[in-house]
Amino acid sequence: MTILEATDLVVRRGGREVVRVEHLTLVAGETLALLGPNGAGKSSLALALAGLLPTEGALQFHGRPIGPAYRRRVAMVFQRPLLLDRSVRDNVALGLALRGVPRVPRNLRADEELSRLGVTHLADRSALGLSGGEAQRVSLGRALALDPELLFLDEPFAALDAPTREGLLSDLGRALRGSGTTTILVTHDRDEALSLADRVAVLVGGRLRQVAPTEEVFTRPADAEVAAFVGIENVLPAQVQSATDELSVLRLGELTVEVTATPPPGDDSLLLCIRPDDIVIARDEARASSARNSIAARVVRLENADRRVRVTLDCGFPLVAHITRQSARDLGLREGDRVVASFKATVPHLLPRRRR
Amino acid sequence: MDLILSGLGEAIVRILRFDPEVMDAAGASLAISGTATLVSVALGLPLGIWLGLGRFRGRGLLLALMNTGMGLPPVAVGLFVAVLVWRSGPLGGLDMYCTRAAMITAQVLLAAPTVIGLTAVALQSVDPMLRLQLAALGATSRQSAWIVARETRLLLLTAVMAGFGAVISEIGASLMVGCNVRGDTRILTTAIALDTSKGEFGAAFALAFILLGIIFALNAVTTWAQQHRRPA
Repeated sequence: MTILEATDLVVRRGGREVVRVEHLTLVAGETLALLGPNGAGKSSLALALAGLLPTEGALQFHGRPIGPAYRRRVAMVFQRPLLLDRSVRDNVALGLALRGVPRVPRNLRADEELSRLGVTHLADRSALGLSGGEAQRVSLGRALALDPELLFLDEPFAALDAPTREGLLSDLGRALRGSGTTTILVTHDRDEALSLADRVAVLVGGRLRQVAPTEEVFTRPADAEVAAFVGIENVLPAQVQSATDELSVLRLGELTVEVTATPPPGDDSLLLCIRPDDIVIARDEARASSARNSIAARVVRLENADRRVRVTLDCGFPLVAHITRQSARDLGLREGDRVVASFKATVPHLLPRRRR
Repeated sequence: MDLILSGLGEAIVRILRFDPEVMDAAGASLAISGTATLVSVALGLPLGIWLGLGRFRGRGLLLALMNTGMGLPPVAVGLFVAVLVWRSGPLGGLDMYCTRAAMITAQVLLAAPTVIGLTAVALQSVDPMLRLQLAALGATSRQSAWIVARETRLLLLTAVMAGFGAVISEIGASLMVGCNVRGDTRILTTAIALDTSKGEFGAAFALAFILLGIIFALNAVTTWAQQHRRPA
């Protein structure tokens, strides 16, 4: 069931158009991630959808234009907790107090949320003395205590350190699944989107580039910019050489590669998208493998990234692979080494060269 | 030096004996300046909140006027009010000249800009995102303004204290519109000036000690409130 629908929505800030959305719907119970780089207009879109910014166009809640009562059926959590100089319990109960709920039931409700988020012990403390993670939990509790029909989360983890962020992400995921709250999560972090979202809407330059199930956005991005943003570092120009029912053969510089993806009709000039995690590096080609594509390459750069090693290869064109640190040690990789990069024909995603 | 020491001694004796003239002046000061401060707060807090939180054309000009008002010379205000309430002036029919009402009016004109200006500054110091957060929790504009004002309560207390401090220690306006009538419009500052001019330093010192005591008490209350704030 569609709970929120935006049509031809335009958001202006400081007289400048920052977001234009032709059509966006939100289905009851789902979590939609608004994903995009900084300055893409994600927060502006979320504020507009929450009824907190004036907009042009149509915004319908349960099939009716939003009215003054809409803001009492939604709640929003921002990057900073923005707590008041009161006890933690009073902060969590704030939204209920604004709605005129008497003290006893609103405190009971606040205590339930504090318990759900694992911070019951903080209930009587001043909210201004909390750590960043504790304060953000209280902020989430304050929003969830309202049992909102729609919950907006505007980069709620962005200011937190990694361990705190992971803990909160996990607890929030559990809370959202438990409550079935329809949620819009604003984030520039792919891991947050992957971990929480059912669908992802990618926003670049104030325009929605792709709205699709999370898995689809990350494996079959709609265009090169979306591909780059969802972590597909290898977006290579290619030419269709031949195509059969089983395989397409593409020209990639001086090389040919085989892919199972069907080229977009009517366009021989393509972009070949390969995730760095899907590239396998070997010292030689000797071992038999099901990978249809093997390319001789030279290691240009090795960089540690999180728990992996980012390997930049020169194959006549640049290619990036992510491998484990253990694999890099086992292979004894050094910059300048000659290696073989391979990938399966089923891996690449094909995009038209020109955006449609 | 002897003059100062004898004056101090006499002052202590007058205070300990609750000298009627000294007590009358102290009582009049507290009543007049207290009333003027209450009126200034009643007018100034809502106006300051409106100026601090509002977004409208001319707001900058109003803020500049309030800032100018904080530095108004009391004698200029006294002159303005005196002309207004003078028997042949526009408000002459109210028969306010040389009354406490005229003094309160003058002191309101002195204290209100301070209360309004400092209230606006206090409200502007609040993170603008807080208002957005309150709106996102369903707060009405009025609820939001009340909560934001409550969050700045210590700064608002400072604004009120500054307003009271500005009028309890002024002399020019009170002398010009109150006429320093003994037992009625004679307040601490005008009494000090009169006793000094007559060479009655003991009485002047006693009055000055009480005035300083009131100002110290004000600052002590403000400081205590600031120091007992919960950890930030």
